[in-house]
Amino acid sequence: MIIDLTMPQLGESVTEGMIARWLKRPGDVVKKYEPICEVATDKVNAEVPSTQSGILQEIIVAEGETVAVGHVICRLQIEQIEPEIANIDVVEEFETEELEEASPSMKKRYTPAVLRLAEENQIDLSRVRGTGMGGRITRKDVLRIVEGKKEIEPPVEHTDQQESEPIISVEKKTVSSQTEDEVIPLTPIRRTIAERMVKSKQEIPHAWVMMEADVTGLVAFRQRMKEEFREKEGISLTFMPFFIKAVVDSLKEFPQLNSVWQEDQIIHKKRINISMAISTERELFVPVIHDADEVSLLGLAKSVHRLKEKTFRGKLEVSDMQGGTFTVNNTGAFGSVASQPIINPPQAAILSFEAIVKRPIVIDQMIAIRDMMNLCLSIDHRIIDGWISGRFLQAVKQRLEAYGPDTKGIL
Amino acid sequence: MAVISYIEAITEALREEMERDSRVFVLGEDVGVRGGVFRATMGLYERFGPDRVLDTPLTESAIAGVGVGVAAYGLRPVAEMQFADFILPAFNQIVSEAAKMRYRSNNDFTCPLVIRAPYGGGIHGALYHSQSIEALFASVPGLKIVAPSTPYDVKGLLKSSIRDEDPVLFLEHKRCYRLIKDEVPEEEYTVPLGQAAVKREGTDVTVITYGLMVHHTMQVAEELIRDGISVHILDLRTLVPLDREAILEAVAKTGKVIIIHEDSKTGGFGGEIAALIAEEAFYELDAPIQRLAGPDVPAMPFNAVLEREFMLNTEKIERAIRTLAEY
Repeated sequence: MIIDLTMPQLGESVTEGMIARWLKRPGDVVKKYEPICEVATDKVNAEVPSTQSGILQEIIVAEGETVAVGHVICRLQIEQIEPEIANIDVVEEFETEELEEASPSMKKRYTPAVLRLAEENQIDLSRVRGTGMGGRITRKDVLRIVEGKKEIEPPVEHTDQQESEPIISVEKKTVSSQTEDEVIPLTPIRRTIAERMVKSKQEIPHAWVMMEADVTGLVAFRQRMKEEFREKEGISLTFMPFFIKAVVDSLKEFPQLNSVWQEDQIIHKKRINISMAISTERELFVPVIHDADEVSLLGLAKSVHRLKEKTFRGKLEVSDMQGGTFTVNNTGAFGSVASQPIINPPQAAILSFEAIVKRPIVIDQMIAIRDMMNLCLSIDHRIIDGWISGRFLQAVKQRLEAYGPDTKGIL
Repeated sequence: MAVISYIEAITEALREEMERDSRVFVLGEDVGVRGGVFRATMGLYERFGPDRVLDTPLTESAIAGVGVGVAAYGLRPVAEMQFADFILPAFNQIVSEAAKMRYRSNNDFTCPLVIRAPYGGGIHGALYHSQSIEALFASVPGLKIVAPSTPYDVKGLLKSSIRDEDPVLFLEHKRCYRLIKDEVPEEEYTVPLGQAAVKREGTDVTVITYGLMVHHTMQVAEELIRDGISVHILDLRTLVPLDREAILEAVAKTGKVIIIHEDSKTGGFGGEIAALIAEEAFYELDAPIQRLAGPDVPAMPFNAVLEREFMLNTEKIERAIRTLAEY
């Protein structure tokens, strides 16, 4: 018997995935749960396990092709319990019928109206991107081309990508590239970043608060501890766990900041899941430390390390990306001293930790050289106001300033 | 212009035609003294007297048969079937006599008979007071079938039917009687038989329908436009003769067609429209032709819950249009 394997749902908002690589070829024996291919979605790369044991019969979706969740990607011949030799012919016939019926792709199902319009207007349908059910090219799609409102896809590569979001298609139409310019097709991750940033900036009324924290004590503490920590734990001690700890404890104090916006309501999230912005050369990922309030500073240090490793190796899983309730951003890592971070929707706020710089500061009528750091907070003003944000930021600041070279019992 | 109900428009049409032409008279069960069970002939007995407003026995075969006879004699009878459900005893007179009169007499005789029949459900009328009967008669050549949806149309079309030289089965959706009101001009007008009306221009899905379903569809279209689904609505108004050009034009507007009627699906009039489209407008089609119709169940249930299940309503229409729009 032959069964269909479909594109799995690989995340909350994931609607499609691109087959990055086939790990099995037609004819290969596949065990149940054995990965058959790698899929790149706009959130993560993941391996797709087989749901049954059997022999890979046919690959339906080629590498590099993007299809919707639920779309058949390959077919698997699985063993029948008691194959009856006498009936083999009949069974095969039946199976071929089933195969034809089961195919949900409508990309090449042209209706009479579409064929007629294409012929009358000399439109190559293989280059048209369908917006109908199952990617079907609708009469309206063709009419739009006839009326010159829609560009025809370039014939190669990304014919299977979905209709661009407005922002992207607008750019496509207005920016003409010179021959010497390099045109870079959007990766799924880049597209997601673009869409989410546009959505955030368009929907969320951002307000911005900045405070400076004197982290001289923290700098001294880390300086004193870092060698010992590396020896003991095998990873380096960065500032990030301290920042996250200060945020988590302050979120406990001001749960309003740990909220999400949903249509006409605000939801205060019970769990504190910290999203952490991590940049690679090309892209930005925001993996999540779940239940960050339930782990120690050491636990946070290990989580930060683990997520960074996974990010750089391209090994982030769906579960690493979901459920964040508040985002922290270590902009100081690239020397920034002030930034206006864009909120990661549907969260209520994002906090940037800027570069720690030595500055002359007046303390008790004296000028001292101190390690200073700016904290830049963007808030969704629909959810929270300046007053509560200010107090939250004060709380973070005070927690960071509370460290001294001799602070004990925290690592 | 006065705003009047669907049934008031019928009464006005009858009265005006009886005033205009002394050959016009009405006959039926309780149409006289009582003014009709639905009050369609209210005041006619008082105005025109017992000779032109005839209360008949409960014999539909006689009502139709007398109609055929007096029509051949030169009068213009308007016969009322109290409910369309009761028309079946008159089937023979209508099909074998009225519809064939002109043909078999080689044009010596015509049959200017109008048979009014309240049809349709959703009024808690159960099985003997809810049926749709258009499909039973639509395959009979020689018979015209009219099914208006608005007071304006019902008045104008009833006048045209009365003035027509051939037999007309005039179907009035009884749910429309007091539910549907609109502006009707006081001055004389008629609506020609055989012409459909575009009730709404649209670009995504074409709905071809008639009777009460026009109103349901209009309501749904109003809601769907908010979701960006633009519905084109064609009210057939006359089923026979069918306005083929209007149907083909409406199909070409969107390429996606759904035919809606309350009558049951199998053998329903929608099949005829679908066949016409397949024959004449195949290259306009951008989706399989859809039919949304009543279920193939013997009769309208009395139980209110089952009646709602049986009847087409705005939810069912909305679902069907959405599905087709997404295709």
